[in-house]
Amino acid sequence: MGQTTMIWNEKVECMKLEDLKNLQSERFAKLVSYANEHSQFYRSKFHHVGINLKSIRTIDDILKLPLTTKDELREQYPFGLKATSIDRILETHVTSGTTGNPVAIGYTRADLDLWAEVVARALCCSGAVPGNMIQVAYGYGLFTGGLGLHYGAQKLGLTVIPCSSGQTKRQLKLMRDFKPQILACTPSYALYMVEGALEEKMDPSESSWKIGIFGAEPWSEAMRTQIEKTWGMVATDIYGLCEIIGPGVAQECHHKKGLHLFSDVFYPEVLDPETSKPVGEGESGVLVLTTLTKEGMPLIRYVTRDIVTMTSQKCPCGRTSPRISKIKGRTDDMIIVRGINVFPSQIEHILLNIEETHPHYQIIVDREIRGLDQVEVMVEIKEEFFSDEIKKLSSIQERIEKRIESNLGISAKVRLVEPQTIARSEGKAKRVIDRRQL
Amino acid sequence: MKITQISIFLENKRGRLCEVAELLGKNNINIRALTIADAKDFGVLRIVVDKPQEAVGILKEHKMVATLTDIVVTEVGDQPGGLASVLRLLDDNKINVEYMYGFVEKFSDKALMVFRFDNTDEAIKLLQKNNFKVIKEEEIKSL
Repeated sequence: MGQTTMIWNEKVECMKLEDLKNLQSERFAKLVSYANEHSQFYRSKFHHVGINLKSIRTIDDILKLPLTTKDELREQYPFGLKATSIDRILETHVTSGTTGNPVAIGYTRADLDLWAEVVARALCCSGAVPGNMIQVAYGYGLFTGGLGLHYGAQKLGLTVIPCSSGQTKRQLKLMRDFKPQILACTPSYALYMVEGALEEKMDPSESSWKIGIFGAEPWSEAMRTQIEKTWGMVATDIYGLCEIIGPGVAQECHHKKGLHLFSDVFYPEVLDPETSKPVGEGESGVLVLTTLTKEGMPLIRYVTRDIVTMTSQKCPCGRTSPRISKIKGRTDDMIIVRGINVFPSQIEHILLNIEETHPHYQIIVDREIRGLDQVEVMVEIKEEFFSDEIKKLSSIQERIEKRIESNLGISAKVRLVEPQTIARSEGKAKRVIDRRQL
Repeated sequence: MKITQISIFLENKRGRLCEVAELLGKNNINIRALTIADAKDFGVLRIVVDKPQEAVGILKEHKMVATLTDIVVTEVGDQPGGLASVLRLLDDNKINVEYMYGFVEKFSDKALMVFRFDNTDEAIKLLQKNNFKVIKEEEIKSL
């Protein structure tokens, strides 16, 4: 790479495991009493399960506390989980909602500082150093990707080109003119831009990008190889979720042996999805996170529904925090399409409001060779609405496509099929066929 | 004077059209005229058969989406300008043609055309008044 890498917060990132555990324990005990004092939600939750808070002394006591689920966050929308007065919340981000409420997260000044801190760590972990320039091609707005990278990059001392997502031609022009060393976007968009470069008669391997920070959707090692070869860059994986903070929960270093999880501030557990008991080192389970230092909306034992493995073995880069694998799957039926979370129930809800169709559907997700995800929704037409005129049938298709686009924020192709043709299994219908090689 | 056409929804799926044709054939139903309208990823097969009620029953039994539509079959001169003369008449009288297609067979030296109008009854009256022969359902069977 021709530049020396650095560790942003060497003191905590390379802390001896024993000291790390003490720090976690200290922060955890504080968190629990803070939550009990300031969060009505957690106070009643603790009360409900009858915990003696005095028995919470070390981080190992975390197992005594109940889990927090996404459904609870939805029920508490918008700010039922706040642990501070609203006027101390400086920024809010909202996840894409399903049929009911979305999840809203509020950040205090300290939370925004924490966010910038962890993203600065992530950027350094990827190989960035102060003085570099970063092109942020994640969406800016309610989605945390754009602003999260933005805050962290400024904290680290990078020059930010806040492109946001889309407008490929302009992205490529700015890359050529400003020569940023770092690109941050979804991995599928990084591949998609290859097409754009070729159209512009650009040689992608001569791009200025040397480091890629890719996340917000699952991607494979094959995709990494393709991105690295085509763009001539090192492609690294970043992990995060809005509920916890946004991007900056974990990040790969250049050894690419798992994502360093900043566990001094986000305490990770990997649990068996059935029993909620911890799994052994290296075994798959659902990632559960606790925000040890957040004040606006702290979360205790939040079930991410992402399936990972975790290791605590020291990485050659010197960081001691545990590393998680790439996301291996989900415990729910959520799919991520072009960085946007989609639940099949959202499609179902739309179809229930279209009288010409049955709410029987199947979603087929595929990834084009050039990288972008394609979504096709097969919908059964109701016999009584069948018309011998093509234009009437096409208008039903278009109406559904428009509603999916406006409600979910993704464009999908709707295909009308004959009634009774979508397989119904006895238990849960197979709603999603994911053909992407992730 | 109206004739019953069967419209069948066809998913864009290999062998689907063949299945429909085989099903009708097995049940001794004769297709007299047909056309396929195709959209991006589905099609509508429109057929005129000798036994429409029976045919639609069989199709539905086999879980196919089919519907009956009233169409008009009329004779037009089988020479240059033959079709234009009937279309001119319809246009002058503000009757819209939704779609149309032709029969392979004919009764006389005139061609047989299928029309789907926005106003079927008025179209029949107009055609008859202007001496176009409108074919009856029973006549289709004897073709």
